[in-house]
Amino acid sequence: MYPSRFSYDAPTSVEEVIAILDQNGGEAKVLAGGQSLIPMLKLRFASPARVVDINGIPGLEYHRLDPDGTLRIGALCRHEDLEFSKLLGNFPTLAQASSLVADPIVRTRGTFVGSLCHADPQGDWSATMIALGGKIIAQGPNGRREIEARDFVLGPFVNALAFNEVAVEAIVPPAKGKALGGYLKLERRVGDFATASVAIALDVDGDIVTRAGCALAGVGGRTIDANDAISVLVGKSLTAESIKEAAEAVAAAAEPRTDHRGSGSYKRHIVETFVTRILSNIANSEQKAA
Amino acid sequence: MTSLYDEVQAAPAAGVEVRRITVNVNGTDRTVDVEPRLLLAHLLRQALQLTGTHSGCDTSGCGACTVLMDGRPVKSCTVLAVQANGREVETVEGLATASELHPIQEGFKEEHGLQCGFCTPGMMLSAKALLERNPDPTEDEVRWALSGNLCRCTGYQNIVKSVLWAAKKMREQNQEA
Repeated sequence: MYPSRFSYDAPTSVEEVIAILDQNGGEAKVLAGGQSLIPMLKLRFASPARVVDINGIPGLEYHRLDPDGTLRIGALCRHEDLEFSKLLGNFPTLAQASSLVADPIVRTRGTFVGSLCHADPQGDWSATMIALGGKIIAQGPNGRREIEARDFVLGPFVNALAFNEVAVEAIVPPAKGKALGGYLKLERRVGDFATASVAIALDVDGDIVTRAGCALAGVGGRTIDANDAISVLVGKSLTAESIKEAAEAVAAAAEPRTDHRGSGSYKRHIVETFVTRILSNIANSEQKAA
Repeated sequence: MTSLYDEVQAAPAAGVEVRRITVNVNGTDRTVDVEPRLLLAHLLRQALQLTGTHSGCDTSGCGACTVLMDGRPVKSCTVLAVQANGREVETVEGLATASELHPIQEGFKEEHGLQCGFCTPGMMLSAKALLERNPDPTEDEVRWALSGNLCRCTGYQNIVKSVLWAAKKMREQNQEA
């Protein structure tokens, strides 16, 4: 298989990328890691007139912590940069997801921000970002704007970027208090898309949850924002009772469909099990630490 | 040399965009005019006649086409040839010298790490990337590093043994050196 013909640009600045996108009125597509776009070009699900390769733009590979603990991830930060990162100590949700994205070879090329833009309903990073209350920085002809992760994914493979905008950075705010969380994914084999996965991020003061975030992949036509469902935990400590209540609420928010990866009711059951497991693991390790 | 999909090594038809790229393949600079849509796997196999890189699933799922680009493993069916411009690419043909197998190749021979051999080049390059970063991996670390490469014959047992054999041999060679 090979892609249909396209023109290729390899600009060396974000401004050039925006100019090309602006001139081509929706017919140009940004190429970062290419681990989703290139397969789509080959399958001819996508056949843009121009491909704008941003890999030659210097200074976008970073991920770093601000003095206040905010995590910033540049547009060319690869999955494996995060997998081997020493900076994710306060972001357990991201740390746990980082080794579950695709497979190790794909992780050398694929990018965090590119994965968000791809907006695959089964994508791991979109779920973690929605659970963590992260933001995406979009840059266009009129400058930069921030988009909340929960407003960034509009539907399957549809993001909130305008045709002449490029996502340049993802931002994850630091927890207020202690950051706890986890990511669990069921896949048929390494590198397969998620049958179901659950991202949870909690801010905890003492043993009381002050903020609870949750999102799901693989169980709906888009990443499922389950932040409202898991908010039943806010103001409570993690007990068998509160964990059960949260797991049931989150499972009810899933919109799974029956397909070759399993029945809808099976996937909903997996969601409930994963929420219970993540929260129980957190409660157990906190108990041991105390 | 020009490499197009419809007319390999022919001059491009009017209106077909080509890019001149220079890729260092196994230590030698190769300059080729390519269509932007040409995949790295096809550059290697068709234009450069290096057929040791195998095309398996062609959908980024199997890892048979794995090569090293600037030392890191990539699926060459999921990288554009133009993206390799100015970079170093290593394929399975770059492992052995005229007189000697690479220790990873020796390991696959000693431990019977292949049956049909189709996945083997990709396995060996993933293994090489692992051993460059981690010369003394555990069995679990080898399994992690190879988890993007599918084998439908061996059940992986002997592949893992082969990589551990190579790791030991390479450590011994480094101590002697």
